Amino acid sequence: MSTSIKPDPWQHLAALTAARIALGRSGSSLPTRAVLDFDIAHALARDAVHQPLDVGDLTARCREQFALDVIVVHSQAGDRLIYLQRPDLGRRLDQAGVAELDKRSGPVDLAIVIADGLSATAVQAHALSLVQALLPLLDDLQVAPLVIAEQGRVALGDEIGVLLKASLVLVVLGERPGLSSPDSLGAYLTFAPQLGRLDAERNCVSNIRDDGLSPVVAARKLAWLVRAALACRLTGVGLKDESGEAPPLMAVVSRLPGANE
Amino acid sequence: MTYSAVVGTRCYRFADLKEVLAKAGPARSGDALAGLIAESAGERMAARLVLADLPLRRFLDEALIPYETDEVTRLIVDGHDAVAFALLASLTVGEFREWLLAETTDEVQLAAVAPGITPEMAAAVSKLMRNQDLIAVARKCRVVTAFRDTIGLPGRLAVRLQPNHPTDDASGIAASMLDGLMYGVGDAVIGINPASDSMAALMKLWRMLDDLIGRFAIPTQSCVLTHVSSQIRAIEMGAPVDLVFQSVAGTEAANTGFGIDLAMLREAREAALSLKRGTVGDNVMYFETGQGSALSADAHHGVDQQTCEARAYAVARHFKPLLVNTVVGFIGPEYLYDGKQIIRAGLEDHFCGKLLGLPMGCDICYTNHAEADQDDMDNLLVLLGTAGVNFIMGVPGADDIMLNYQSTSFHDQLFVRQVLGLQRAPEFEAWLQAMGLTDQGGRLLPARSDHRLLSDLTRGIS
Repeated sequence: MSTSIKPDPWQHLAALTAARIALGRSGSSLPTRAVLDFDIAHALARDAVHQPLDVGDLTARCREQFALDVIVVHSQAGDRLIYLQRPDLGRRLDQAGVAELDKRSGPVDLAIVIADGLSATAVQAHALSLVQALLPLLDDLQVAPLVIAEQGRVALGDEIGVLLKASLVLVVLGERPGLSSPDSLGAYLTFAPQLGRLDAERNCVSNIRDDGLSPVVAARKLAWLVRAALACRLTGVGLKDESGEAPPLMAVVSRLPGANE
Repeated sequence: MTYSAVVGTRCYRFADLKEVLAKAGPARSGDALAGLIAESAGERMAARLVLADLPLRRFLDEALIPYETDEVTRLIVDGHDAVAFALLASLTVGEFREWLLAETTDEVQLAAVAPGITPEMAAAVSKLMRNQDLIAVARKCRVVTAFRDTIGLPGRLAVRLQPNHPTDDASGIAASMLDGLMYGVGDAVIGINPASDSMAALMKLWRMLDDLIGRFAIPTQSCVLTHVSSQIRAIEMGAPVDLVFQSVAGTEAANTGFGIDLAMLREAREAALSLKRGTVGDNVMYFETGQGSALSADAHHGVDQQTCEARAYAVARHFKPLLVNTVVGFIGPEYLYDGKQIIRAGLEDHFCGKLLGLPMGCDICYTNHAEADQDDMDNLLVLLGTAGVNFIMGVPGADDIMLNYQSTSFHDQLFVRQVLGLQRAPEFEAWLQAMGLTDQGGRLLPARSDHRLLSDLTRGIS
């Protein structure tokens, strides 16, 4: 450490939180290493948002691991820039996707959608572990072919659920990446999917990642929610998580509506 | 009534006032998403020409959102002060801009006309102003509020200490609070965004903050940023609530989306006032706003996002808040796409709020899916510091690990104090000196490992 740095003599507290504390300072500013650490985290978060999902690899791994057919679809958002500025287009299937899903016969209990969302990094890291842990817990249910969706938002699942005649749709997608969590996965469950469902009509299990909620624990929560939703015939604010799995079900983090959707 | 203007060789027509306002605004993604944006640069200038010649009175005659169906419109219309407006009554929007900028228009006159200015007038004139105009006029406005310290005095900048933790872990929150206090942060409020909405967890946070503030006699106030209805319930249950927080928007329908109405805010304010916890003032409300909230709730009525935002300030104004915080870059790139749009919006919001008489602060921030970075935040920080912003956020290392976005850090506030010569709230400044954390000039002293705050808090944590 250079002599220009004034260290903060409470480094021992840094173990208590992932927050960036006890960084020290040079003048009013951060030491060089702290600036670089921050910028590295930002770079990884940016890459999580902008790097495309490797659909070929994901499809191959799904076919290998699960006894389910796999369908790849695309939203109406043609590319990432459109996706980021037009959330409405990320919520609707393009024509080819509609035609492909329309060919399938239903009805089924559950449709599972894996979408890139705002972090392909999260999907590539955790989505298959989550589905792998979940499917054995639901092996008595009729499950639709697995759908992989590009440039997809949560509500894209509503249209997919309708076309697959699913009682429930589960959308697993990359959450808005935080600086300390570029690989956080979210899972949204919606009963009786239809266009125009409100966020209050969904249940959400978020922060699925190695340092958050592990995919195995998340799968147990989701399995509980799937059965409760089928029994109560609803999802959303009326369906409270009583699965007893710690930590408690996290609310969708939003200071302002729409921030995470 | 319709409006028209010629730019170049073309005549552009606008169906109504809200179309003029929307198309006069600088390009931003949220208005494009709503389908309200000018289709060309020429059309934008035509809208500005119409706006420049429009009498300010027209905004009193033509409501953008009907009086009958929107309680925010009713609040604006019924609360309008015609006497305060008299001085401006003969002006067009273009002349209003010139009056605001004139050397002869000072702090006293701006305060006198504030109750006569509607949010729509403020939004309209801001659309004719460059960034430097927004800074120059806001800098002349003075809005001072108080609870346990005094916020908004000239040459001063307060900071909210924001020690969030993704699981509300008490030790983690305490560690971040200590970090902030040792950096001289916390005079605006110590405010936690909780992850949980369970009343038991929230009560722990209120007690923890009350204990800290009481034990060290810190001249500041606490806030737990949960839904206003939970705060009313907490007060009934005996929680030590200093400030009541709520996100507010500029239309009744958007507020319904937040699960609130004006009556609920009134009830909350009265409950907080009844506790009489303020020592130097009784501004008990803390509001947050942000462009795009009405659109994201599909509750914008075809009104552009900046005008909706200014209408949210009419809601805030009614409840005499200590702090109003525009969380400018939080909502995402579908509303404000990049650093340029975020910076412009931050300056507009600060200007409109100050013009309406509000104690405006700004969460200078962005998310990782916006085209922005910390350099953009540095720019907006210096611009708003120059414009006289009442307060900003202080987040450890600028990285909020619970809300997953980047704001301004404890270091950033030191930087802006240094380059612009800004002091803290006077009561807090005196406390820091008495605690041996700063020198007489307000500069941080080298941190000591045996400092009372550090040893006491560390003991409490372990």
